[in-house]
Amino acid sequence: MILRLENVSKSFGALKVTDAVSVDVPRGEALGIIGPNGAGKSTLFNLITGNLLPNAGRIEFLGRDVTRTPAMERVRMGVGRSFQIPQPFEGLTVFENLLTAATFGRGGREAEMVEDCAAILEETELLKKANLVAGTLSLLDRKRLELARAMATGPELLLLDEIAGGLTEGECRALVATIRRIHAKGTTIIWIEHVLHALNAVVERLLVLDFGRVIGIGAPDAIMASKEVREIYLGLEV
Amino acid sequence: MIWLDTLVQGVLLGGLYALFAAGLSLVFGIMRLVNLAHGDLIVFAAYLILVGVTMLGLSPLVALIVAAPVMFGVGWLLQSLVLNRVLGKDILPPLLVTFGLSVTLQNGLLETFSADSRRIPAGTLEGASIDLGLVTVGVMPLLTFLSAVAVIVGLNALFYRTALGRAFRATSDDAVVAGLMGIEPKRVFAVATGLAMAVVTVAALYLGMRANFDPSIGPARLIYAFEAVIIGGLGSLWGTLAGGVIIGVAQTVGAAINPEWQILAGHIAFLVVLLVKPRGLFPRAVD
Repeated sequence: MILRLENVSKSFGALKVTDAVSVDVPRGEALGIIGPNGAGKSTLFNLITGNLLPNAGRIEFLGRDVTRTPAMERVRMGVGRSFQIPQPFEGLTVFENLLTAATFGRGGREAEMVEDCAAILEETELLKKANLVAGTLSLLDRKRLELARAMATGPELLLLDEIAGGLTEGECRALVATIRRIHAKGTTIIWIEHVLHALNAVVERLLVLDFGRVIGIGAPDAIMASKEVREIYLGLEV
Repeated sequence: MIWLDTLVQGVLLGGLYALFAAGLSLVFGIMRLVNLAHGDLIVFAAYLILVGVTMLGLSPLVALIVAAPVMFGVGWLLQSLVLNRVLGKDILPPLLVTFGLSVTLQNGLLETFSADSRRIPAGTLEGASIDLGLVTVGVMPLLTFLSAVAVIVGLNALFYRTALGRAFRATSDDAVVAGLMGIEPKRVFAVATGLAMAVVTVAALYLGMRANFDPSIGPARLIYAFEAVIIGGLGSLWGTLAGGVIIGVAQTVGAAINPEWQILAGHIAFLVVLLVKPRGLFPRAVD
């Protein structure tokens, strides 16, 4: 298992946003997470990256207990993450964004990272924009930069937060192709997404979250066919 | 010719103000922290150099080289032990803490060195001048200005050419995301404040060699530094130099008209710039 959550819970005041979530993610898997807005999907990511600490439960990454490990250490261990609303370092160029993530995220020397960063830019179709200041990018390029920067930290586990949201069909297809290539090279992926066809083109399992609880996990077809999921998530009367 | 002379002296004086302001600009640019004790830290560093020169018999330059790493350490510890704990969404706690530090430093220096005004002896440098044909400039003001340019060139190179500089800029953009890229914002802040204090030491050397100082003059230096930073635009180091020069020129021009107007003219120039360009001449910081 690359990641193991055991009864992880998180409350904000009286509101339980993550309610005893347990899930095992084997190395190399692509796991999709779906659920209505406010189901606690992004909070779950924040618990995995270490931006939030759980009130209860245990998180294991690569066999090590990381429940209380600070976020920056988890990055160096191999947890990479993209944000739902792209948050590039706006004052830095695209290339500097990657170089910073690579240098500090892997704790390596910057000279050794340059080629690697260039390869990631090529992979994410940002090479021509390498020297643009990130604050000037379009939405698609910002999403690409989110992905590229997360890749630059050298992740074993890549967390993607609604990276396909707000893109056109064509843009979405291009991004899905990129994510498939990254997955094919062996990176484990957990992907939160509302754009289901994009998600289902990549993931092997789907996890459904509602009010912070796991209400289903399994093969995408089976999950999408389940009555409970259709009622809660799709709001369908079956 | 007298006007050209006034202008040149003003520009060179601006170098001193830019040196006062560079450290303030650096710290504000990276962590949006307003250090109210900045002026007192300059005075503290001046006393440190004074001790090196008068008690240990070092030359001012050697005293600077010894004092700068000490001040880096002071800045590093100040940030790690105190300021990192109060930085946050609310801007009031850091203001209160640095205000308290300002009072403490002033009184600590008063206890240790008394209220007598002192000066760092600079030997023959004090009166030396160079004849440039049209104007004659003092070696000391010229060195001050060149040091300010060197400090700003150095800081810019650090900011835009090194991994540490990228970490500074990334943390300044978004400290939380920087953490997710493996950068430790608190460590970055500690290094930044250390660096600012090393720059402060350079400012202190020229402050102390140029004129007398005593434990109470810090806040007035802070005001010049603030004005230089704000005129230049927050987050731009070259802007800070421009801001220093504007205040310097305004002061010497004011003094040339009437000696009583020197200080006032600098503040008026500041207000005029604020009226015309409220965000400063070269604003870089967005918020």
